[in-house]
Amino acid sequence: MKLTELTQKLNLDVRSAKTDLDREVTGGYASDLLSDVLGNAEEGDIWVTLQIHQNIVAVASMKDLAGIILVNGREPEQETIEKAEAENIVIMVTDLPTFEIVGKLYDLGVTGIK
Amino acid sequence: MNSDSRISKVQELVYEIRIRDVMKDDVVTVSPQTPMSRLRTILREKRISGTPVVDTNKLVGIISIDDFIRWLAEREDDCPISEKMTGNVETLYADEPLVHAVNKFEQYGFGRFAVIDRQDKRLRGIITKGDIIEGLLKKLEIDYHREETQNERIQRFFDDIYADRIALFFQYNVAGKDFKRAGESSSRLKATLGRLGLHPQVIRRVAIATYEAEMNLIIYADGGRIRVRVEPHQILVKVEDSGPGIPDIEKALQPGYSTAPDWVRELGFGAGMGLNNISNCADRMNLNSTVGKGTHLSIYITINNGAGSETN
Repeated sequence: MKLTELTQKLNLDVRSAKTDLDREVTGGYASDLLSDVLGNAEEGDIWVTLQIHQNIVAVASMKDLAGIILVNGREPEQETIEKAEAENIVIMVTDLPTFEIVGKLYDLGVTGIK
Repeated sequence: MNSDSRISKVQELVYEIRIRDVMKDDVVTVSPQTPMSRLRTILREKRISGTPVVDTNKLVGIISIDDFIRWLAEREDDCPISEKMTGNVETLYADEPLVHAVNKFEQYGFGRFAVIDRQDKRLRGIITKGDIIEGLLKKLEIDYHREETQNERIQRFFDDIYADRIALFFQYNVAGKDFKRAGESSSRLKATLGRLGLHPQVIRRVAIATYEAEMNLIIYADGGRIRVRVEPHQILVKVEDSGPGIPDIEKALQPGYSTAPDWVRELGFGAGMGLNNISNCADRMNLNSTVGKGTHLSIYITINNGAGSETN
């Protein structure tokens, strides 16, 4: 499933790299520990987190993740957005908490284990 | 690449690509009650040669410029589109592979097909032969680009150098406590290795290991330096600092063990998995540390056509 489809179906607001929404989402990972994501997420995963500082961009870029969803209505810091633009990392935001958004992702067929 | 294999690549793609990937989804529709006299303006303004006719979300027909010309030629009175449209429309499902569309175009000779959702049967988009060609070209371009950049460019580069030993060397200086620039060195290294055309899997392993090491320099050691040596069959990342050192290396290597302060943990770091991640990415790793003097970490990653992964 492409990011465009996710943003439409889950009502996500895109905060960075709007031109990269045709990226394919092949799975999902939810965690707020960056090393956990580095160790266990997989290429093409959509990452659900509440961390908003700019290091999330580096993590997403290292792992070639499909994009980041920030939960609980948290907004990325300005520096995070700038860095995400520079590295073409799509950051999306939702008002829902992690549990809810992950459930909705799962409903759409985005799973954690391939 | 000869022409035969390119054809088979296209054949492969028409099975792989779904109709929804290439269709246009911002479709202009008309209602069955729209008068024929309005059609010209609609087609001209939207620069299209035909459009689906939709009645309360249900697809009831398709009207094309041919239908319009026929109506004009016959000099009939104005009438609703429903009287001149093609009803009983042949449709495609959005999740069907592209090859079904190709076959249908061949079978019916139509200029376009309406694409509907398999479940709710609502109109999702419209597909023309042009969309298929465009979609295939785009995909071929992406694949070609990927092949071009990933064709182990560096290996060919190394092959061109006559020497007993060849190595490329990069150094990155990391400032301590500088969370704003955290990850910058590993990002730059990742981009560099990408330009050299190394296999993505190798690049990812090097980048992750380097990122974790870089974070350690920033969090615990007040900075340091990262030196990278790229050789034809191996990459060595040497990370050195003159920080406080690690009192108990065995403990530090245990997953989950961490001495990070709370403010670092709140940022999502300091989970005690850094060294663990590094060793998972590395083929070999050496960690030497003296309390009060500093820490030296050597990470070896073998280049063997990209085999292995960061979760191995």
